[in-house]
Amino acid sequence: MGMTIAEKILARHTDQTVVRPGDLINAKVDMVLGNDITAPTAIKEFRRIGVETVFDKDRIALVPDHFTPNKDIQSAEQAKLLREFAREHDITYYFEVGRMGIEHALLPEMGLALPGEIVIGADSHTCTYGALGALATGVGSTDMAAAMALGEAWFKVPSTLKFVFNGKLNRWVSGKDLILYLIGKIGVDGALYRSMEFCGELIDALSMDSRLSMSNMAIEAGAKCGIIAPDQTTLDYVTERAKRDFTPVYADADAEYEKVTTFDGADIEPQVAFPHLPENTRGISDVGEVRIDQVVIGSCTNGRMEDLRTAASILKGNKVHKDLRVIIIPGTQNIVRQAMKEGLLDIFLEAEAIVSTPTCGPCLGGHMGILAQGERALATTNRNFVGRMGHPGSEVYLSNPAVAAASAITGKISAPEEVL
Amino acid sequence: MQGHVWKFGTDVDTDAIIPARYLNTSDPVELAKHVMEDADPTFAQKVTEGDIIVARKNFGCGSSREHAPIAIKTAGVACVIAHSFARIFYRNAINIGLPILESPEAAEKIEEGHEVKVDLTTGTIFNLTTGETYQAAPFPPFMQTIMDKGGLIGYVQWRLQTESSTGPY
Repeated sequence: MGMTIAEKILARHTDQTVVRPGDLINAKVDMVLGNDITAPTAIKEFRRIGVETVFDKDRIALVPDHFTPNKDIQSAEQAKLLREFAREHDITYYFEVGRMGIEHALLPEMGLALPGEIVIGADSHTCTYGALGALATGVGSTDMAAAMALGEAWFKVPSTLKFVFNGKLNRWVSGKDLILYLIGKIGVDGALYRSMEFCGELIDALSMDSRLSMSNMAIEAGAKCGIIAPDQTTLDYVTERAKRDFTPVYADADAEYEKVTTFDGADIEPQVAFPHLPENTRGISDVGEVRIDQVVIGSCTNGRMEDLRTAASILKGNKVHKDLRVIIIPGTQNIVRQAMKEGLLDIFLEAEAIVSTPTCGPCLGGHMGILAQGERALATTNRNFVGRMGHPGSEVYLSNPAVAAASAITGKISAPEEVL
Repeated sequence: MQGHVWKFGTDVDTDAIIPARYLNTSDPVELAKHVMEDADPTFAQKVTEGDIIVARKNFGCGSSREHAPIAIKTAGVACVIAHSFARIFYRNAINIGLPILESPEAAEKIEEGHEVKVDLTTGTIFNLTTGETYQAAPFPPFMQTIMDKGGLIGYVQWRLQTESSTGPY
């Protein structure tokens, strides 16, 4: 019996030739990631272990992105802990403000998450790199501490759910819509403890940016990871960026899946997740009249070039509705510069949106766009839990950038066709 | 262990357990002051040492913030019993030494205010209020060892000192 991609990647990082679902294993990791919320605790725990050095200064990434540029004194103290630790251990991939980005936009762009690798990050959206054919998964601060010391982590080998997307993409449908649609079908614990594999004609047709959006939200179905087998699109993306050698890994022909589910692109229109769970999805034609106070376009889910180009194509020549504010957050410094070169920033500013420096900011209710009681946001982010973007009495709706941009013009959740 | 039960529903997320507006610190005592705030704003005032949280499916879904189990543990909660746990919360709880048990039956039948006794080595849950007994799967030996060492850091220290040990790490 063969192995799935996840099983094969895990096995290759142990001294075993085969691993099976349910096995508890210890695996070597290729990259360990932390941010300004999770790394401070990891650093404290690392010091408690008592080792003098990190396992490999080139395989740790520290990205202060959540509350940076620091919003208050306390968060500044947290970021300072990262900075000092990075200096003390000569961490190669510490990304200071000015060189940083939202971690899951940044690491792929920098070639620091690669096909066939195991990447763990003290951030739940580390699963983003599944789009590159990596086994990438979120862990906690203590896991990060142990991995910084030993270069290893413990795993329970997950069984795999395979999702086949056939047919053609409807207009304005992106990776974000495929994953929201999937979560709507299986629920927020529909893939609990499992690895997900995404494949089929629709996935083949997705750009790298759109695939990253899709794998990013695997955690919102409870999954350990959401993997897309590397193809030419993947190799074209990673080859020019890769900071290390890598070996793509593919599932065996006789791999065993817990379940195989097939979807047809014809059934999938742009999706909107209603409060307060990502599984509360509706097709855009079933949304009804939902007035909004704020639009956020950005985050580790949808802050990449394709997202900004899509938003700009809709906002161009239009004005943001008088009753709302629009916050656009490019994912990395390179994305800011590229958007500037392409004239996208002019389009956004002309439309009377604001453009922020890269930060997780409002996505998690940190800063740069917190909601008041009773306010409603439409965001291209990944979670719409109670209080996620601010007051516990506020609401977050999730969509792709095209719907978000169209809604910015109309002031209510709208299909792109309504404004074009 | 034995304690008073506080009952929660389905899909209690880590933003409800410890909202991000309090994550500008990693001080466990500060975090515990806001534990479960967006699920029950009065919880931090009500909870006392040794109490037990019982919840339905997918407890701790959402972010990887270890601040969530840290806040629960520091507030004095002795154990969390749920129908199921989100995977990062599950490993974080083990790694910091917060006892957790998965039992759909217990999650269904235990109500707020019940008095519950838990035997972690066997996974047996006794409902002292109703007289019922529920069985959760005990931890696999490897996870039990981590718990016995007070969490993953204690386990890693122990492993580094006794290289002869087997299993993960």
